[in-house]
Amino acid sequence: MTDLKIRVLVAKPGLDGHDRGAKVIARALRDAGMEVIYTGLRQTPEMIVSAALQEDVQVIGLSILSGAHNAIVPRVMDLLHQNKMYDVLVLVGGIIPDQDIDSLKKCGVAAIFQPGTAMNDIVTFIRSNVKSAGVPAAFK
Amino acid sequence: MENKASKPQVAEPIADVFENRRPSEAEKKWAEKTLAPTLEKNPERPIGAPTGVNVNDLGHACFTTISGVPIRRLYTRADLPEDWSEEKYLAYPGQPPYTRGIHATGYRGKLYTMRQFSGFASPEETNRRYKYLLEHGGGGLSVAFDLPTLMGYDSDHAASEGEVGKCGVAIDSLQDMEILFSGIDLEKTTVSMTINSPASVLWAMYLVVAEKQGADWKKISGTIQNDILKEYIAQKEYIYPPAPSMRLVIDTFEFGSKFTPRFNTISISGYHIREAGSTALQELAFTLYDGVEYVEWARRRGLEVDEFGPRLSFFFNAHNDFFEEIAKYRAARKIWSRVMKDRFGAKNQRTWLMRFHTQTAGVSLPAQQPMNNIARVALQALAAVLGGTQSLHCDSYDEALALPTEEAARIALRTQQIIAYESGVTQTVDPLGGSYFLENLTLQMEKNAFDYFAKLDAMGGMVKAIERGYPQKEIAESAYQYQRAVEAGEKIIVGVNDFTIEEEPPQILYIDESVARQQSAKLKALRGQRSNDEVRRTLDALKKAAAQEPRGGTNGNISPVNTMPYLVDAVRAYATVGEICEALREIYGTYTETSIT
Repeated sequence: MTDLKIRVLVAKPGLDGHDRGAKVIARALRDAGMEVIYTGLRQTPEMIVSAALQEDVQVIGLSILSGAHNAIVPRVMDLLHQNKMYDVLVLVGGIIPDQDIDSLKKCGVAAIFQPGTAMNDIVTFIRSNVKSAGVPAAFK
Repeated sequence: MENKASKPQVAEPIADVFENRRPSEAEKKWAEKTLAPTLEKNPERPIGAPTGVNVNDLGHACFTTISGVPIRRLYTRADLPEDWSEEKYLAYPGQPPYTRGIHATGYRGKLYTMRQFSGFASPEETNRRYKYLLEHGGGGLSVAFDLPTLMGYDSDHAASEGEVGKCGVAIDSLQDMEILFSGIDLEKTTVSMTINSPASVLWAMYLVVAEKQGADWKKISGTIQNDILKEYIAQKEYIYPPAPSMRLVIDTFEFGSKFTPRFNTISISGYHIREAGSTALQELAFTLYDGVEYVEWARRRGLEVDEFGPRLSFFFNAHNDFFEEIAKYRAARKIWSRVMKDRFGAKNQRTWLMRFHTQTAGVSLPAQQPMNNIARVALQALAAVLGGTQSLHCDSYDEALALPTEEAARIALRTQQIIAYESGVTQTVDPLGGSYFLENLTLQMEKNAFDYFAKLDAMGGMVKAIERGYPQKEIAESAYQYQRAVEAGEKIIVGVNDFTIEEEPPQILYIDESVARQQSAKLKALRGQRSNDEVRRTLDALKKAAAQEPRGGTNGNISPVNTMPYLVDAVRAYATVGEICEALREIYGTYTETSIT
């Protein structure tokens, strides 16, 4: 039987240790029926992309609160492209100033969730934007 | 439902007046004659959606604190123990168990210190902000370091990319520390530093800066956070494994009690535990038990509890639930005095009393309609003052968006001043003492914290509990439950899940990458100017000491392998934070947690 569960990698890059948001989101996505892999803290872009490749995920959620997003996110996107993982939906959550949103979207981030986003909005966004990756069209 | 039906039932809806308590005849009469008809006519309505935590299975409204603790409609004498008396349960201010505060005159003799936490970008810029805060009536400083500093990396390390100067000030060497405090008299200004895994390194830098200013180590006062246990539990900025980390902490206790008698060598912190999503009770219990763990380790080193005990200080969160927070502070003092006296046999009164700093809850301040946060912070800060805090930081309204702008930082300081000088609450000691509600909450907090203590004792202490992920799991569960209640609308957050509007983004403080370039250039110049031989020699000596098991010193001396004097030497030679932490990484290795979701 085909596994219909959406597979998500929740990753915490950079030096920051504030993992409350990442953990709450991981659990919310799991409760919404998705398969969630949480990387733990201090993952480099290389570690994140290699985990995404190995786990064959359709979605990567990056949680960044420290202000390092402009250094980290473009590197993750580059590595995804190098590995031809064009179909992976990349989301960024955390403290992201408005002025950085455009440049992050330009490098390929599908959505940025700032403080106060409801967990449900994230679930809905993933369900309506995730690329097929083996999910029969009828179920989309 | 079956269980409910088989329970002995008093006529609804006033059954709760009789449940597990013995109301006086007068209260019974009130319940029957006044309360019952009122409830009949106007049933109580929950605050927030009538689902989940807000209704019981009979469909009646339920009320809980933000931590989920059920709250009664009315508290009376029937909610205190039968043997309750002022003498037995409260005593007087300045007397054990210090429920009513540690000073006999409350804030009349000494106001709380208005200590605003601040640090961003370069040491030059932060130095300017410090002078600004001091000029505007700030009473002490509190240093926020950036993530590379907190994790023991220099600004030019690969892991620091994108992080330099973002969450705090970048400090790489003694040179930066000299800039940070230039023009600030360290004998007169108390300084608190939020630094943990590399705490002893940054403290050594601070001591050398003080010495260069001509300040006497015996006279300087301040605090290093130095609380590694809560890093493993909540904040997650750890470098080395627990055992060597604890050893470094105990080294500072030993060194401090001998050379810097007025410096707090630790600030045992519940703040971050709460920010990570714990309840008020978990914050209280885990923090105080961390305190127990430090005392245990220090005693194992051979230190006397009455020597280092008076230098232990605490740090709590001030969250939204006004009375629950006040109860938490009062219970904290009470529990600590009992622990120090009964569990550790401390004889010195200074050891029994808990001194603490409070910061308003950053996590409670949403990005939506941020100006509303000024009101939230004022209420939270008021709770801290009514709870008897020794020092206070008020968060800036733009907390969820970025580091504070100068205006936001000034309003936060003004909030403290309005409470201190206008509200009148600082004129009377523990003005809420004796309130049935507050005393009931205080007693519940105390009892439930000791229940957590028993569990942690059974696990073999906090380090063991951390290794099995116990506090981490408890906190993650509470965080999730809270978030669920918020999203279901069962807990209302004004401007977020109710009373929302469309709005323009506010002005924020934006930190770019130029700080990283500046810091890297300074490091390059420093490595060219200093004696690199001297750096190597001092780091080798440090490694040698760090590799040996310290024992208590003899003849009034500290242990010969206490790392502090070696750190002071390395810092004097201008070894960098990254180089020193790297030397210790070579000896101790690093720690990775098993992540739990």
